[in-house]
Amino acid sequence: MSVLAAGTQTGNPIVNISIFVAFVIITLVIVIRAGRTNTNATEFFTAGHAFSGPQNGIAIAGDYLSAASFLGIAGAIAVYGYDGFLYSIGFLVAWLVALLLVAELLRNTGKFTMADVLSFRLRQRPVRLAAATSTMTVSLFYLLAQMAGAGGLVALLLDINGRFAQSIVIAVVGVLMIVYVLIGGMKGTTWVQIIKAVLLISGAAFMTVLVLAKFGLNFSEILGKAQEMVHGSTATGVAARDVLAPGARYGDSTTSKINLLSLGLALVLGTAGLPHVLMRFYTVPTAKEARRSVVWAISLIGAFYLFTLALGYGAAAIVGPDRILAAPGGQNSAAPLLAFELGGVILLGIISAVAFATILAVVAGLTITASASFAHDVYASVMKSHDVTEDEQVRVSRITAVALGVAAIALGILANGQNVAFLVALAFAVAASANLPTILYSLYWRRFNTRGALWSMYGGLISCIVLIVFSPAVSGSKSAMLPGVDFHWFPLSNPGIVSIPLAFLLGVVGTLTSRDNGDPVLNAEMEVRSLTGVGAEKATHH
Amino acid sequence: MSTTRTEPPSPSGADYLAMQASPEFAELRSRLRRFVFPTTAFFLIWYATYVLLGAFAHDFMATRIWGNINVGLLLGLGQFLTTFLITSIYVRFANRELDPRAEAIRNEMHWSQQ
Repeated sequence: MSVLAAGTQTGNPIVNISIFVAFVIITLVIVIRAGRTNTNATEFFTAGHAFSGPQNGIAIAGDYLSAASFLGIAGAIAVYGYDGFLYSIGFLVAWLVALLLVAELLRNTGKFTMADVLSFRLRQRPVRLAAATSTMTVSLFYLLAQMAGAGGLVALLLDINGRFAQSIVIAVVGVLMIVYVLIGGMKGTTWVQIIKAVLLISGAAFMTVLVLAKFGLNFSEILGKAQEMVHGSTATGVAARDVLAPGARYGDSTTSKINLLSLGLALVLGTAGLPHVLMRFYTVPTAKEARRSVVWAISLIGAFYLFTLALGYGAAAIVGPDRILAAPGGQNSAAPLLAFELGGVILLGIISAVAFATILAVVAGLTITASASFAHDVYASVMKSHDVTEDEQVRVSRITAVALGVAAIALGILANGQNVAFLVALAFAVAASANLPTILYSLYWRRFNTRGALWSMYGGLISCIVLIVFSPAVSGSKSAMLPGVDFHWFPLSNPGIVSIPLAFLLGVVGTLTSRDNGDPVLNAEMEVRSLTGVGAEKATHH
Repeated sequence: MSTTRTEPPSPSGADYLAMQASPEFAELRSRLRRFVFPTTAFFLIWYATYVLLGAFAHDFMATRIWGNINVGLLLGLGQFLTTFLITSIYVRFANRELDPRAEAIRNEMHWSQQ
């Protein structure tokens, strides 16, 4: 125990690696079996619409609960307390937007990608190109954040500290991801996500039970002990924190409070605009199954965030903030250290392997989404004017997946150790600004037209990226990506509070300033199909 | 589309225009919208209130209710509760009010082809 207190490596890397290798072998076998049926585009991009609602709901949870939300949120609660919890709530409430407004109508209208829905009744080429641009931007930001985070996770979980060795592990992650997507297609990727979700959520549930049992099922006592440990901290600025109330992280100034609002807005509106989440709704046969998917996803994701609440405060109470902050991964090591305290080397090994598997499952989902969008929207529709077979689209998508994987490996190695955590928040902000307004307008507003869609999508995308480049997340602060220089003029690290209203407004202004009223027949077809599933579902015979 | 199941014959543009103008479709659309729009407004306002309190009303959120359980924690758990509640109310509503109407329209459009 005294070795642990010094903040050196915890547990046994051999055990961690063995459990992770077992996960890789099992998932590879399943992916190869799933890959045998990848005979056409519908199979490759949507797994033949053959997953059930519950299966897809579990896969959505697997896709959504990234390493950032497991290690990051548990760690934030352990160190900052309440503000970490507040952060997790936005990720959950967001699913109501998907459930009530988006999932079923999208399933009824589209085929392979988000752009199918957006371009349904608008001018195909410009709208598809805009939707594909934003799909690939969101997916790349998200992918890069995951790959760059892999380096830190390797240091924490596998005790690999050399830069070169970490680069090799990042490359292994990238190659595995390419293999999953190439061989398994959407079906294989979905199974990887299902297995990972079951492991992650049951692991977190098991740890929660152990934490609660340790404190006689008295949650108030865990909170009291966590606060006591924080007050006893010797780290600068930690001891004074009130971890049971908001303010420890976002409470310093009015700017940081507005930053919190901006982040909250992006989280709650971004989820239903994430292309890799939207694409998952095509893996089920009907709108009703899409609804069941979201219900399962909400239950699992909600339960998981409740577990992280217990784990975060449990880590503060049992491990203490000083040891967490002194560990190799800093804040991110709260959950692994807690696992070691509760269940020794084996539980730590399982939790570490699950955290690592998490990266793999999430990057595979992002890659298939981005490569499908390139093949189906850019290559087939924009470059070749639909003059390509679906087999050709699958071939292009596979090539794109390899190219993306190689790029992700290279960028992940370059970004290793950089502070790119803001990329995930940025991906949500772009999804909420560039995608969600156009999705909602095209589903619910008959007058909406091509100009409105283009202004909203490009306006949302460009404003987000410009604001983030000139924000304190990139330059001019200690925690910036480029701490040495300062060219920032936008005060917030989260652009959402400006870019989201702007994109909604541009959609209205663009639409109303154009005389284009669209094609009434296509408008009618989209509206009837989106609400009833005509054309997407088999009618029942009486 | 090359799926394994048999596709119903696709309705024509005129069929879609007629259906869009029909009273049963208007009924389905208005039932959906009368449920989802107010519910969305409710949960967005409730979430915004919660985040605003979290950002600006630290003392109120720190008010203790029972042991170390304070207002902030209860409001946060309240967000979980309303999310689960809205989900289950919507599912019951959709199963009862939306699905039968959507299915009737699907069948009608399918039969009008024969």
